[in-house]
Amino acid sequence: MADVLLARYADCIFWLARYVERAENLARILDVNETFSRDSHGGQNWRSIIQLNSDEERFFEGGRKVSAQSVLEFYVVDADNPTSIVSAIHSARENARTLRPLISTEMWTQLNVFYNHLAAIGVADLAPGRLAGLLTMIKEACQTHTGITEGTFFRDQGWYFYQLGRYIERADQTTRLLDIKYHLLLPDIADVGSPTDVSQWNALLRSAAGYHAYRRLHAASTTPARVAGFLLLNQAFPRSVHHCVREVGQLLGGVKSRYALRGGNDAAEELDRLRAVLGTLTISTILSEGLHEFLDLIQQQLIAVSRDLSIAFFGYSPEASQTQTAIG
Amino acid sequence: MGRSILDGYDPQGFYCEMLGNPASAAVRERLAALSMAALKERAAAANAELYNLGITFTVYSDAKTIDRILPFDVLPRVLSAAEWRHIESGIVQRITALNLLLDDIYHDRKILRDGIVPADLILGNHNYRPLMQGVEVPHKAYINICGTDIVRDETGAFLVLEDNARTPSGVSYVVENRHMMLRAFPDLLDDIGLRGIDNYGARLIAALQELAPPGTADPQVVLLSPGTYNSAYFEHVFLAREMGVPLVEGPDLVVEDERVYMRTTGGLARVDVIYRRVNDDFLDPEAFIAESRLGVRGLMRAYRAGNVGLANAIGTGVADDKAVYAYVPRIIRYYLGEEAILHNVETHICREPQALRYTLDHLAELVVKPVGEAGGYGITVGPKASRAELDDCRAKLLADPANYISQPCINLSVAPTLIDGRIEARHVELRPFAVTGASTWVLPGGLTRVALRRGSLVVNSSQGGGSKDTWVLG
Repeated sequence: MADVLLARYADCIFWLARYVERAENLARILDVNETFSRDSHGGQNWRSIIQLNSDEERFFEGGRKVSAQSVLEFYVVDADNPTSIVSAIHSARENARTLRPLISTEMWTQLNVFYNHLAAIGVADLAPGRLAGLLTMIKEACQTHTGITEGTFFRDQGWYFYQLGRYIERADQTTRLLDIKYHLLLPDIADVGSPTDVSQWNALLRSAAGYHAYRRLHAASTTPARVAGFLLLNQAFPRSVHHCVREVGQLLGGVKSRYALRGGNDAAEELDRLRAVLGTLTISTILSEGLHEFLDLIQQQLIAVSRDLSIAFFGYSPEASQTQTAIG
Repeated sequence: MGRSILDGYDPQGFYCEMLGNPASAAVRERLAALSMAALKERAAAANAELYNLGITFTVYSDAKTIDRILPFDVLPRVLSAAEWRHIESGIVQRITALNLLLDDIYHDRKILRDGIVPADLILGNHNYRPLMQGVEVPHKAYINICGTDIVRDETGAFLVLEDNARTPSGVSYVVENRHMMLRAFPDLLDDIGLRGIDNYGARLIAALQELAPPGTADPQVVLLSPGTYNSAYFEHVFLAREMGVPLVEGPDLVVEDERVYMRTTGGLARVDVIYRRVNDDFLDPEAFIAESRLGVRGLMRAYRAGNVGLANAIGTGVADDKAVYAYVPRIIRYYLGEEAILHNVETHICREPQALRYTLDHLAELVVKPVGEAGGYGITVGPKASRAELDDCRAKLLADPANYISQPCINLSVAPTLIDGRIEARHVELRPFAVTGASTWVLPGGLTRVALRRGSLVVNSSQGGGSKDTWVLG
């Protein structure tokens, strides 16, 4: 009977993976912003992080102003902000608490220690000289979680749902990053022909941990189209949307056939369509038809896949509006 | 022998589990090789590790949940092979008699007709479940998991304080404390002849599978928990893991056609046995408290139809009632024709006029306990109570005598305990755990609970209690 997985556990493990992935991505973005973007674009860059997470309303209520300090506080230590790193790790840990019978002791212990560490962090730790170290700690703790999971988590159904959550979240994060940054960094029509601000595009690549891989591929030139194409379509880059969507499709097919699960056909079909689109379109076509519309479509489809999984495997009724927190 | 960390230790006239016990000589010898600094360092590391591992119980304060560890004292409590034989046989005898009592009161009620136990004490008890009348329980084993509280008086005699026959907790600490000791004090345990306790999960699931409906091949066992907010959630996790079974909550289960199923990723899957850590009252909104969200609608119908096993059975609370407790020696004699191996603490049942008068006359010397409470709540310890507390107790006794029993104040034994860098005497209790399917097995040792406050007799975790590893040697 070891091949049976409670619907509720599948839900929790899916979201556990999503929250850790989300925290890692956010730490990465904040880190890059801190390290590479404290120039003329600074204010705009901090504001873009708020847009990235669709947090304008929550951030600005109460008259908060955009500054490095206020954005960092909001996204690192603010436990009242559900999209902060401390909230994401809290949610990951609460899911892990529920999942303690399923996950390895090491997975639980590391998340428990990580959360207790984060919960003790204060505004003073966000000071310029200490911030980089803090964000590195967060990133590495998320990676430690991933490594411990890889090395200790039993490969049964739970593993598949964990991986599904991880790749769906990662694909979603990459589309958001690209969507916000691409338009922000694109030169004005009036500036056509002027040299692109290469450092900003490099920072975008660093946010997605893709800087060095991109250099290997396109050593000589950094163009907006190539960066967008790399983040969206490259099949070998682990954070590209195409790579993630392909993983999701394979994982879903794998779990369905290995455990003879009947549900999830809608999600599988959506993923097939998505993969076909990502496999055939070129970046120039996508850009000419509108990048924002394209990214929006992908996000909608990822939400639909997530929703289908909730209904097919996690025990949600089709009427339930939302499962755990997705970013709006 | 040279200087030892135990040199300045003073048991203050109480029976000492360490000094009074020849079986602990080897342990004392090894402790002598440790410095106080090393002991403190290892103790601090062990407690930090318990917190990081999340071996915690949950306390509620406002809207927040706080994880606390059960403070762990690293100086073990030792039992000799002979002492353990005595305890073990006494527990088996007691559980055998209590299961016979439950089978009898839910069927023929002979013991009531023979006037051994007053009928209204059983039938009027709020833990008596009329729904269980005539229900056949596999192996007539109603109490499958029992945690018997045992104390030791100033003469060193073991006495039963309480039979916890509903959903006793604490066994996870027994196993985790041992793991902690194995890591922190390998030199203390090495080759000392300590009995292992690692097989609790295996023994438990074997017994639970014996409760499956007859003819079930490879029965599916689940553990039903009230959820993450329950103070014993860690233990539920621990047990589910040790048994390799799903840890479910009420909404995970559903009853269709008087059969129990759990909701899985592949649809509904049959459940054959439920180790439930949810009280009777909350188990089935159709049969008990209608507002309960912790249970499963229709579970009692499935159970009465014999389509699912429950551990413990419904209605065992009548057997561990503090008033029924007073009759246990007579119950053992009635069913088994034997004298009780483990004695009770002398108990005055305040529902009896003579006992009430005695209690009121000797209030300052007695411990008064409400019969229905758990966790050490509502207890008045006469010798330690203020005048106002005694007056309050007297008023409550007069208002509702049947709700109380009283017992003499036992001078509980003590054990050396590390307190703020010194070794001091603290009072201890013992809760061994017994598992009953077709037969009864007792985990060697059990949970030693220690009252960490100086002079305190209350060992409950909610009231400043800690724990120690219990070593059965030889």
